[in-house]
Amino acid sequence: MDAKLIKQYGDELYHAMQSKQAVAPLTARESDISIEDAYHISLQMLNRRIDAGAKVIGKKIGVTSKAVQSMLNVHQPDFGYLTDDMVFNQGEVMPISERLIAPKAEGEIAFILKKDLMGPGISNADVLAATECVIPCFEVVDSRIENWQIAIQDTIADNASCGLFVLGDKAVSPHKVDLVTCGMVVEKNGKILSTGAGAAALGSPVNCVTWLANTLGKFGIGLKAGEVILSGSLVPLEPVKAGDFMRVEIGGIGSASVYFT
Amino acid sequence: MSTRTLTKDQMLSLAEHIENAELDVHDITKVTNDFPDMTFDDAYDIQWEIRRRKEARGNKVVGMKMGLTSWAKMAQMGVETPVYGFLADYFSVPDGGDIDTSELIHPKIEAEVAFVTKAPLKGPGCHIGDVLAATDFIIPAVEVIDSRYENFKFDLISVVADNASSTRFITGGRMAKVADVDLKTLGVVMEINGEVVELGAGAAVLGHPASSVAMLANMLGERGEEIPAGTFIMTGGITAAVAVKKGDNITVRYQDLGSVSAKFV
Repeated sequence: MDAKLIKQYGDELYHAMQSKQAVAPLTARESDISIEDAYHISLQMLNRRIDAGAKVIGKKIGVTSKAVQSMLNVHQPDFGYLTDDMVFNQGEVMPISERLIAPKAEGEIAFILKKDLMGPGISNADVLAATECVIPCFEVVDSRIENWQIAIQDTIADNASCGLFVLGDKAVSPHKVDLVTCGMVVEKNGKILSTGAGAAALGSPVNCVTWLANTLGKFGIGLKAGEVILSGSLVPLEPVKAGDFMRVEIGGIGSASVYFT
Repeated sequence: MSTRTLTKDQMLSLAEHIENAELDVHDITKVTNDFPDMTFDDAYDIQWEIRRRKEARGNKVVGMKMGLTSWAKMAQMGVETPVYGFLADYFSVPDGGDIDTSELIHPKIEAEVAFVTKAPLKGPGCHIGDVLAATDFIIPAVEVIDSRYENFKFDLISVVADNASSTRFITGGRMAKVADVDLKTLGVVMEINGEVVELGAGAAVLGHPASSVAMLANMLGERGEEIPAGTFIMTGGITAAVAVKKGDNITVRYQDLGSVSAKFV
């Protein structure tokens, strides 16, 4: 795909995000978008946001569950960028009707790094050694593509369908919790909606961060000390609307909750 | 108030029919096909008769189980109420042991948490606080279920008569005091031949696995029965049930409680 087209689609997705007007799937208009093209479109969209004042504070990993991978017919995750205007703290109200198009919430484990990680060659041991703490998290994903009609290239180009996220009430050292077996309970408006465990994300949330470090490393990009890394959903995505209250609790870590307006 | 539609002879004959299916390892049509008006009281009468038959043969009852306690299981089976069954001595398989598939019809496995009581529990009115106070310890358990009904298809009444599909169980890993474990967020990961197939957390069982024990006490109370001290109780699947076959190695990992394994031979 030529640079002009990449810029055009990156700009189009940036405007879709700003105007909250979803656009037709890119893959419906271009038959030969590669995964690499899609990441270049995503980078163009990000650069437009950085030009407008946004600051990168971390990264997210998506498409980590078997169910979503088979839905999109891929066998690898994807990633997107987290910026300072996307983060909310425990107790803050999240204005999804003002900010997002078709939001869906997913419970995750967020990693906060204390050391840089530069792939390739990063192991799970490196990731654990570089992790300051893990925190319960709700990611509220959104798609700038109409009706979530996404192929893998569409979601990658659209910053891995990232929306907003909220970090929870407790940070725990990765020494203190088994991230493979830690259980997750998600409640919506007081009712238990789903349960899961760490292994739902590529067998372990640590595998996800390792994958990200090694994948970015191929492009000469590192993970930085202080960054927040969202490691992928452990439960099915849940559509949310203004007035909903969601809570996630993770065994051995803590909880995160958010009220949507 | 009891409501029964079967004569004693019909009840005894159905108990023999269902138990023979288990012992001779063949499936049968569900009993409500021939007795569509059967009630829960009829079905539990049949289950208690199967229990009496086993005890008369010299088997011991070594525990109780709750079934259909998770939303995943209720959705999978198209039912809306939990049920209970009993565990006979020969159901028990050691951790890491072999399970002979030639003795089973179409086995499935579920990851569960088991309670062992240190004081009696008697319903009605038994609540989660009673259960936690009466619990000696909890321990990981994997249940093997095997409906005697064709294609694992049944209604609630039929499954009660079939001892809630009970057939085998494995306990292992590490025991723990209820005060030391958050049973609501306790995570489980089920692997078959090294691949993760199901996972979940304790809250999938009626919000909290101890609620399942309280419900058992209350259901038994309706028949004037209680849960004696020292009873082993499996609280129901945290995950959906997964079909297994000869040659499968299974492992279920429990958050901070180790793992339970078995091999189907």
